[in-house]
Amino acid sequence: MTSEIDRRDFLKLAGIGGLGVVFGSALPGMGHAAAQDDFYFIQLSDTHWGFEGPPNPDAKVTLKKAVAAVNSLDRQPDFIVFTGDLTHTTDNPMERRKRLSEFREIVSALKVKTVRFMPGEHDASLDNGKAFKEFFGSTYYTFDHKGVHFIAIDNVSDPRAAIGEEQLAWLAADLAQQKKEAPIVVLTHRPLFDLYPQWDWATRDGAKALDLLLPYKNVVVFYGHIHQEHHHMTGHIAHHAAKGLMFALPVAGSQANRTPVPWDPAQPYKGLGFRSIDADPRAGYKLTELPVTNKG
Amino acid sequence: MNHATKRLRFAYAAIIVMIASFGVYVVAQSAVPKERTIRITTKRFDYSPAEVTLKKGVPVVLEFTSKDVMMGFNLPDFGVRADIVPGTVTRVRLVPDKTGTFIFLCDIFCGIGHEEMNGKLTVVD
Repeated sequence: MTSEIDRRDFLKLAGIGGLGVVFGSALPGMGHAAAQDDFYFIQLSDTHWGFEGPPNPDAKVTLKKAVAAVNSLDRQPDFIVFTGDLTHTTDNPMERRKRLSEFREIVSALKVKTVRFMPGEHDASLDNGKAFKEFFGSTYYTFDHKGVHFIAIDNVSDPRAAIGEEQLAWLAADLAQQKKEAPIVVLTHRPLFDLYPQWDWATRDGAKALDLLLPYKNVVVFYGHIHQEHHHMTGHIAHHAAKGLMFALPVAGSQANRTPVPWDPAQPYKGLGFRSIDADPRAGYKLTELPVTNKG
Repeated sequence: MNHATKRLRFAYAAIIVMIASFGVYVVAQSAVPKERTIRITTKRFDYSPAEVTLKKGVPVVLEFTSKDVMMGFNLPDFGVRADIVPGTVTRVRLVPDKTGTFIFLCDIFCGIGHEEMNGKLTVVD
């Protein structure tokens, strides 16, 4: 328990010092619920295993370095989530499975064995999630951890970037089981709001999911897709995008095309990283951005 | 004034109203710019043409056909989108109400080059 308090205090100090920590939405209801305890988990996203190209000359080892970075954390997280684009897209179904298999093999080296996987459009949009399901099971699901309700939403298996009416009905039925003040964490790949539709940074029917979530007081969304840290509020719902683990993408609309940020040999791994999310019943969520290597 | 004269005057009045209305109709028609049609073909992973120039206020029909798989056309700045289904012609009507250069993109994931499948629509005065 001492180490947990120390860690929490450190995070608070780091936040004051501006060391890459974001304090997420407060959770006024969390302190009153039973069976709740502070914990932390790791979000990794957009590993794009199979990518080759100048934006990452270190592509063959980047995922392995990320796994090593997570394994080197002093205190291991309760669990790890991958929020999509595990692999880089391919038109070849056999190659897709090869990449998914290699990805699974590499991440099996994680010390923490509770790992939740989600698809991105690169994994799932060309076959409606068929190959992904063969390796990792359902593309949308829920789980509970220490009083927090997690909902993984699939907005990529439909190539139109839609959640779809069937899944929305499933979401509505799941939410109907929750109290309005229940702490809810949504995991997804694409932003549920229109971040920048001009670059396909949106979910076609994301507004419907947000409408369903809106009556719940303590909702936070963690997603990927845009390969950079980004924080946004829709009403009282906080949305936090994670950095990618293969190449960084530019700020929305900052250049004509959505081409990757060039690799900088002087600062390899700049713009790449992962995050820890500390769920604290007293203070809310604390996000800490972590580098792949100490050179990032 | 006998009954026949009254009917004749009413007929004249009706004809005058009809002529006047037609004149207004013709004037109104000539005030509406003629609708342009621009044909755009799609194939993985291109629009052809990928750059289109329109005039502000002039109605246009973008007429899409796909040479291979289903594609999307999304022009977020004007709030319009459509599915482009192989074997059919997809028509998108638009009256540009602002000038500038705007991105349109395929919003149906269509393969390895999907993320580069986009184009530019420029609207001039």
